[in-house]
Amino acid sequence: MIKLNQLSTQTKAYLITALLVLGVLGVWHLSTLPTSITAPTDPIALEYEVLMGNIPEHTPAGAIITSTETEFPSPKRFAATAIEHLSDPFYDKGLNDKGIGIQLGYSIMRVLLGFVLAMMVAIPLGYLLGISRVMNKAVSPFVQLLKPISPLAWMPIALYTIKDSNLSSIFVIFICSIWPMLTNTAFGVANVRREWLNVAKTLEVSPLTTARKIVLPAAAPTIITGMRISMGIAWLVIVAAEMLVGGTGIGYFVWNQWNNLSIVNVIFAVLLIGVVGWILDWVFALLQNKVSYTE
Amino acid sequence: MSHIFRPADPNSPVGCACGQHQNQADCTHFSRLNPNLSHNSQSEQAAAQLIETAFVRALFPHEPTRRAFLKAVGVGAVASIFPLGALQEAVAADRLRPEKKELTIGFIPIICATPLIMAEPFGLYAEQGLNVSLVKRAGWALVRDQMMNRELDATHFLAPMPLAISLGLGSAKQDMKVACIQNINGQALVMSLKHKNNRNPKNWRGMTFAIPFEHSMHNYLLRYFLAEHGLNPDKDVKLRLTSPPDMIANLKAGNIDGFFGPEPFNQRAVWDKAGYIHTLSEQIWNGHPCCSFGTSQSFIKDNPQSFLAMYRAILKANVLANDPKTKRELSQVLSPANYLNQPELVIRQSLTGRFADGVGNIQDVPNRTGFDAIPWKSLAVWMLTQMKRWGYLKGDVNYQKLAHDVFMLTDAKTQMQAMGYSFDGEKSITVMGKAFDPDHPDEYVSSFAIKAN
Repeated sequence: MIKLNQLSTQTKAYLITALLVLGVLGVWHLSTLPTSITAPTDPIALEYEVLMGNIPEHTPAGAIITSTETEFPSPKRFAATAIEHLSDPFYDKGLNDKGIGIQLGYSIMRVLLGFVLAMMVAIPLGYLLGISRVMNKAVSPFVQLLKPISPLAWMPIALYTIKDSNLSSIFVIFICSIWPMLTNTAFGVANVRREWLNVAKTLEVSPLTTARKIVLPAAAPTIITGMRISMGIAWLVIVAAEMLVGGTGIGYFVWNQWNNLSIVNVIFAVLLIGVVGWILDWVFALLQNKVSYTE
Repeated sequence: MSHIFRPADPNSPVGCACGQHQNQADCTHFSRLNPNLSHNSQSEQAAAQLIETAFVRALFPHEPTRRAFLKAVGVGAVASIFPLGALQEAVAADRLRPEKKELTIGFIPIICATPLIMAEPFGLYAEQGLNVSLVKRAGWALVRDQMMNRELDATHFLAPMPLAISLGLGSAKQDMKVACIQNINGQALVMSLKHKNNRNPKNWRGMTFAIPFEHSMHNYLLRYFLAEHGLNPDKDVKLRLTSPPDMIANLKAGNIDGFFGPEPFNQRAVWDKAGYIHTLSEQIWNGHPCCSFGTSQSFIKDNPQSFLAMYRAILKANVLANDPKTKRELSQVLSPANYLNQPELVIRQSLTGRFADGVGNIQDVPNRTGFDAIPWKSLAVWMLTQMKRWGYLKGDVNYQKLAHDVFMLTDAKTQMQAMGYSFDGEKSITVMGKAFDPDHPDEYVSSFAIKAN
C-alpha cells in the first residue's frame, strides 16, 4: 500500500478534489431522496393530489408510488437534464426556444463584439495616457467618474438612446470592459523603465518604432492582465444584461427557466456559465504566459 | 388543398400540406381546431358576400324588381354575365396586401397572451398574409420601451398601459392604442399558506403584497379589494412591484404575504406549495378586462393594412379561445418552452377553471379565465377613475375623450361584424357589488371613502 506522504502534491490535490465532489454529491443525493406515497382511494382526493402535482396523472387509486419530484432536483434528475441539453445543443424550436449551444453562441458573440470594440478604444487611449502625463491628468477625472458605475446601470440609458436591445447589451459589455484595460495599459506604459526609453532616444529611434519595439512588449503583461480582468467582468455582465433584455443568450435561458421556476435548468445553466468563464480566463492565462518576460 | 393565402414556404425543409406547420400531425390538429383554415376564413367570405350584395343592389336599385329577379334566377345568373368572381378576388387580394409583412410582436409569458400566441400555431397570422415573429419579453417596462423605440410593431399590453403611456404617466408620452382586449378575468389573489387561517382582509394591516406593474388591473383590483375591506393600500399595507416567478419565490421565503398576479402563476404558487388561492379576480368583478393587444398610433398610420390584418387574426383568435372546446386543448398549445414554459396541468387548471385551491378543495369556476375582445369605452373610463382615485392622475380628467382616443371600439366592432361575429351590447360594470356609471366618473371617484388625497 502506498503511503500518503509518498504522493506528490498534485496527486494529493486531485484526491482531495475528488473527495469533495463525492461528498457534495452524497449529501445532495441523501437530501433529495424520494419518499413513497399512497394514492388516495377517494376519487376527489385523488384528483386533488393530481392537481397539486403530488402524483402523476392517471395514477390508479390506492397505488403506492415514489414521489415525483422533490423541490430541489436530485443528482439523477440533474444528470438527466444535463445530458438532454448537451445531446442536442443546437435545436431550434422557434424564436423563444433554442438549444443551449445556440444560446451560449449568442452570448459569446455579444461579449466578443463588445470586448473587441472596447479594446480598440482602451488600448490606444491607455497608451496615450501612459505616455503623456498631461493627458493622464486631464482625462483621469472622467475615468474616475465613469469607472465605478455599475454596468447594468447603463442599460436603461443605452435602451433609451440606442433604441435597440441587442446593441444595448453589446454597448454595456463595451462600457464595462473599457476601464480595466484602459487603466492597466496606462499603468504599464507609464512604468516602462526610463533607461530603455533613454537608450532609444539616444539612438534616435522613431516614436512609432519605440512604441512597437520597446513600450508595447514591455507593457504587454500588464495590458494582458487588464484584458483578462475585463473579460471576466464582461462575462459576468452579459448574463445579467440578457436576463433584462431577453430574446437570446444564456442569460435569457436562465430567465426563461426561472420563469418556469425550473431550478434544475437554472443550476445547469449556472454551471455552464462557470465553465465558459473558466475557459475564457484560461485563454488569457495562456496569452499572459506567452508575453511575460524576465529581466 | 393548399390555402391560397398561405402558400407553402419554399425554404421549409419539412412541413405539411398547407406549409404552415412543422409536420402533418400538427397541421391536422390545428386545422381541426380552426375549421376555416383550409377554406376562406369568415372574414374573406364576408367580404365576398358584401361585394355580391352591393353588385346586385347596383344592378337593381328597385327593391321589388331585385327580389323578383333573385327569386327567379339567383345570383349565379349575374355572375355568369359579370366578372363577379374576379372582382371578389381583387378585393380579397387588396385586403391581403399588408404594407409590412414581417412583423415582430412581443408577449409576456402569461395566459393573458393566449390569443396573441395561439394565432401563430393556428395559422391565423399567415391566413392574413403576415409573417409574425413572436418574441418573449422579460417584463412590462421592457415591452413599453421596445414599443416606444419601434423594436416591436405591436404587443401584448396590460390594458391600462396604453392609457398611461398616452398620458405620459411613468414614461415619455407617446400615442398608444388598445386595439382589443386579450382576456377577461383570469387573475387571482394568492396568499401565503401561513395565512391559511387568517382569511379576513380586515386583519391584514401591515402585510406586504406583490403586483406585477403599477399600471395594471392587478394593482387597481387589489387596491379596490383592500379598500373595500377598510384598508388603505397606500398606508396600511405595502405594495411591491415584482415579476411573477419572483412572487412565488418571495412567497415561499416569507418576504411577502400575498400577491395579486396573472395566470398561470397563481395556480403555479399552489402547485409549488407556496400559497393558496384566496380570491379569484372573477369574484371581484366578473368580466373585468386584463391584458390588451395594442400598438402605436404611428404604426397604424404607416401600415394600416398590416394593422388590420393583425387585428383580424387576433379577433378571430379571441373568439376561438373562448370556445370551451378549444379552451381545453389550449393548455397543450401554450405549455412548450417557446411559449409559456409551464407544466401543462397547471395551465389547464387556470384555463378550464377546475382547480386545486391549495387548502384541500377542488373548485369549479368555468369562467375563471375568459376571452372577450371588445374594448368597451366604459372599461377605459373605469381604469381612468382608478388612476385618479389613487393619485396617478391629477387635476381634471377628460375621461370620455381619453377612452375614445385610446380604446379603438369602433374599429373592433367593424372588424368583428365584417368577420361575421356577433357580440353583446356593452355590459354593465359592477365591482364588488357597487355599480359603475361610466357617464359620471367624477362622482364615482368621490364616492369612495378610501382614496389618495
